Amino acid sequence: MDVPEQAAAGSAPQRVSGFFERRREQIAQRWADAPLFRSVFTVSRDEAVEACKAVVDALSDVTATGRIEDIGAPGFATVRRQLGGMAATRARTGCTSAQIADEVAALRGPAVELLREEFPDPSTADAHESVLALTLVMSTLRLVVMETALTEGADLIERQRQQLLEVATPVIKLWEGTVAVPLIGTLDSARSQVVMESLLEAIVDQRARYAILDITGVPTVDSLVAQHLMKTVAAARLMGAECIVSGIRPAIAQTIVQLGIDLGTVVTRASLADALAYALGRQGIEVSRADAGASAR
Amino acid sequence: MPASGQASATSLPIGSDADLAWVRQQVRQCAAQLGFGLVQQTKVVTAASELARNTLVHGGGGRVEITPLDDGRTRGLRMRFTDEGPGIRDLDLAMTDGWTSGGGLGLGLSGAKRLVHEFAVDTEPGRGTTVTAVAWVTPVPSSRTGVG
Ligand SMILES: Nc1ncnc2c1ncn2[C@@H]1O[C@H](COP(=O)(O)OP(=O)(O)OP(=O)(O)O)[C@@H](O)[C@H]1O
Ligand SMILES: [Mg+2]
Repeated sequence: MDVPEQAAAGSAPQRVSGFFERRREQIAQRWADAPLFRSVFTVSRDEAVEACKAVVDALSDVTATGRIEDIGAPGFATVRRQLGGMAATRARTGCTSAQIADEVAALRGPAVELLREEFPDPSTADAHESVLALTLVMSTLRLVVMETALTEGADLIERQRQQLLEVATPVIKLWEGTVAVPLIGTLDSARSQVVMESLLEAIVDQRARYAILDITGVPTVDSLVAQHLMKTVAAARLMGAECIVSGIRPAIAQTIVQLGIDLGTVVTRASLADALAYALGRQGIEVSRADAGASAR
Repeated sequence: MPASGQASATSLPIGSDADLAWVRQQVRQCAAQLGFGLVQQTKVVTAASELARNTLVHGGGGRVEITPLDDGRTRGLRMRFTDEGPGIRDLDLAMTDGWTSGGGLGLGLSGAKRLVHEFAVDTEPGRGTTVTAVAWVTPVPSSRTGVG
């Protein structure tokens, strides 16, 4: 299957390009009835036809330059967004990638049929070469759709990850002058950066003197997590707040010690409740049961 | 190495922070299935976290192979981290508590060694690094040869 990259005048890709131009309307009309376009443009068939024409024009551009096997061909640029959006729409309705690929592949049939009509004798070398070129550019189109859909998927995951970063780190005011961050999940560098920033902000906003970092929900404390915790504690200290790390479970305590991490300079408490009691105590606030206080003294 | 030890090795890529999280989860699950207690699980997962991060950060990425072991008396877990990064020029120095070539705490290698029962580093400057760590469900004499 050797199709020359540089299309000489009158080469098969160029003939196919001319075909796309001449039969633009008919191709678009047929594609508008294909499942891919029909199921995306459910409201208006005219819209489907317009979308089809944009794809036909792009294919005409790509074939004119002879880069019929190149998914990076500039001609595809104009329809990349549209195709990505269409694939995303199909995916939202439960279509698998394989089904979407099949739907794109199904556009080839009607186009080949129309191309064959252009040749009085379909057994000539010209006819064969043109059909081959059309087939190749149509499979390249399929790759373009798949690639665009994958890229959009990765973008979506990245956006959701970013959103999660923000959602997952609430700073809670426990008492006048005392804030807490319940950390849950993996404390990687990006998360700890967010935690540190929102904690420091809360310390300023709430004029907090005490900040509690609760790590009950952090499954693994390794040297990097420990380093992040210590940096956060140091930064809070610079802002004039004392940090307390709570929720260090027994298994984690043993592991940290064996790992060689020295949390000596950090105030730690077993539970969030203990940490709060410590913070309140330091502020001269004593909590006791109303009735117990009365009867005990 | 008993033949049964090769039972069902899992090989995972280490190329991103997300991969590190996945390695930790897989190691935890494997250790739990083998009957490691909670403290032992936490230790072996933490060692895995350190070594996988070294593979990613210092070795430029690589793989880990997780293999359940059974020597007839007790069960264990072998983790072999490989990369084709710059290697470690002075291993004694790298194994020293607190020594780091970057901005770390310098506790990953030495700390991970303390968290497992057997530990071996095979490294060559310019060729890469392989770190093998083995933990057994119950501590055993150091004559055990799970590292080999
Ligand atoms: N796979 C590796 N490839 C190359 N160099 C490594 C590798 N693993 C460790 N090193 C070297 O050994 C040093 C010590 O590693 P160690 O894990 O103890 O500390 P660290 O990674 O610098 O900091 P941390 O305490 O956060 O782990 C590293 O700074 C690095 O120079
Ligand atoms: Mg390290």
